[in-house]
Amino acid sequence: MDRTQVTSYIKKLGPLIGLIALFIIISLLNNSFLEIANLKNLFRQVSINAIIAFGMTFVILTAGIDLSVGSMLALSGAVMAELIVTGMNPMLAIIVACLLGLFLGAINGFLISYGRIAPFIATLATMTIYRGATLVFTNGNPISSLTTDHAFRAFGRGDLLGIPIPAITMFIIFFVLWFVLQKTSLGRHTYAVGGSEKVSFIAGIKINRVKIFAYALTGLLCAIAGAIITSRLNSAQPTAGAGYELDAIAAVVLGGTSLSGGKGHIVGTLIGALIIGTLNNGLNILDVSSFYQQIVKGLVILFAVLADRKKA
Amino acid sequence: MKKIVSFLLIALAALSLLLTAGCGSKEPAYTGPVIGFSVSTLNNPFFVAMKDGVEKQAAALGIKVKIVDAQNDPAKQANDMEDLIESGVSVLIVNPVDSAAISPSVEDANEAGIPVITLDRSAEKGKVTTHIASDNFKGGQMAANLIAEKVGPKAITVELEGTPGASATRERGAGFDSIAKQKLDLVASQSADFDRTKGLNVATNLIQAHPNLQAIFAQNDEMALGAVEAAKSAGKKLFIVGFDGTTDGVKAVEDRDMAATIAQQPELMGKIAIDTAMKIIKGQAVPSKIPVPLKIVMH
Repeated sequence: MDRTQVTSYIKKLGPLIGLIALFIIISLLNNSFLEIANLKNLFRQVSINAIIAFGMTFVILTAGIDLSVGSMLALSGAVMAELIVTGMNPMLAIIVACLLGLFLGAINGFLISYGRIAPFIATLATMTIYRGATLVFTNGNPISSLTTDHAFRAFGRGDLLGIPIPAITMFIIFFVLWFVLQKTSLGRHTYAVGGSEKVSFIAGIKINRVKIFAYALTGLLCAIAGAIITSRLNSAQPTAGAGYELDAIAAVVLGGTSLSGGKGHIVGTLIGALIIGTLNNGLNILDVSSFYQQIVKGLVILFAVLADRKKA
Repeated sequence: MKKIVSFLLIALAALSLLLTAGCGSKEPAYTGPVIGFSVSTLNNPFFVAMKDGVEKQAAALGIKVKIVDAQNDPAKQANDMEDLIESGVSVLIVNPVDSAAISPSVEDANEAGIPVITLDRSAEKGKVTTHIASDNFKGGQMAANLIAEKVGPKAITVELEGTPGASATRERGAGFDSIAKQKLDLVASQSADFDRTKGLNVATNLIQAHPNLQAIFAQNDEMALGAVEAAKSAGKKLFIVGFDGTTDGVKAVEDRDMAATIAQQPELMGKIAIDTAMKIIKGQAVPSKIPVPLKIVMH
């Protein structure tokens, strides 16, 4: 193994080493952290951010950004809840909500590709529009006491073979997207568009399609995350998902994906989401004051990015 | 020419209508004080109850109140306040949409020499005669006392705090902690940002960290409802106390999911606002802050 190979391995393993260090530190400070029940809690809590962050990874790989994820989650969750309240089969309502999420994400994609609006601006605008639509739709009130349907309740809070179902959903999505990104031409095009749009154009890649796919996928994943939250709480909140874009972006960046596009991988995002989730869970368990928690989270992100810079 | 004639005719008709309207009101002209009330929104049961309190007390005292609804829009509220000041009300009661955005309007009222009462939310700038709001500190104490009384002294308790730094978080937390220090075993206080999803996650983590937990105090009902789901998932029966008395919160108390909620009394707030306005009009002194008592809603 030559030197460049070694550094590239370290670079890939950096986030994982960070995660393991975090696990060791927290479990030394509090022995309830490593209990099976807590690890199940951890994965259940991580799944929502991770699922959104997987979509964000595709978007960021194309050198874009999506600020509207929390609003898409809230709107699709609210519509799903309302459909369930009016008597629709909950599983059917989830499918409708997913189609809505896909549609909302596709709007982002169209604005950014064909509309040629900078991703930050386009999704900043749709973030407020989708949030406003959620408030209009829900009249600002939570939609609660949805259903006693077991399958629906299990979607957010159930276990299968001792593993939380949201975590299973997360891993299935992870493997599918890992395959798409690493083994299909669509995945290679995603990297290419983020690497250099000009070169991709010359190479005959349909840039607009790649972008719309990335944003529509993110919308779909937000709807799935929204369905998990709605199921866990058996209610939909008009303010759900506020600030989730930052957690998702943080997970992607912690995982080593470059904000300038073209470089990164979804494995890193999963680890990044786990780092953020572990911090949230661990700081709760250690009863660290909420004032310090925010400082700790910010510092972790800074250190991760700085470490990445040094290696590059 | 035809146009001018028809215009004159319409103007004449309008004028005569106005005149008859003026003469037509046979009831004796109202000479008492007029109070202005600018409410943030009537799209929320809490503020509707507040408005009802204002209306009922005004009717009981035979006072006229002009009520305007800002529909949660600070810009509309600025216009509303302008209109009320222009119409020469004796006292302005305002329930701001936003504490910062209302400040210029309060300063306008100061300039016009109209006393201002803020209701539920305060104003950042401008001179306010009195601020009427729920006694959050006392409410926190009530919650701690309730847990000590019902679960037992030294009950193992965790606290779900609101958004760090928010006034409700500080006051409710300070009140709760002041009693909890002596009467409870408060093992953790963690923020869940007044949010139901975060309440669920943080409560789940705390239930895990403290297996012999007995009670949870959440600084609002949304977080308490998250804690209810966390307790259900963990298969534990915990004594959960919320704060605010929202529709969902009260329903959870009725369903015995939540033990209690420390309910605000918006209607009482409205009543106190009118009483205070009358005191100001009569030239009586009023304190700069008027705390409105809370009540415990239990099954």
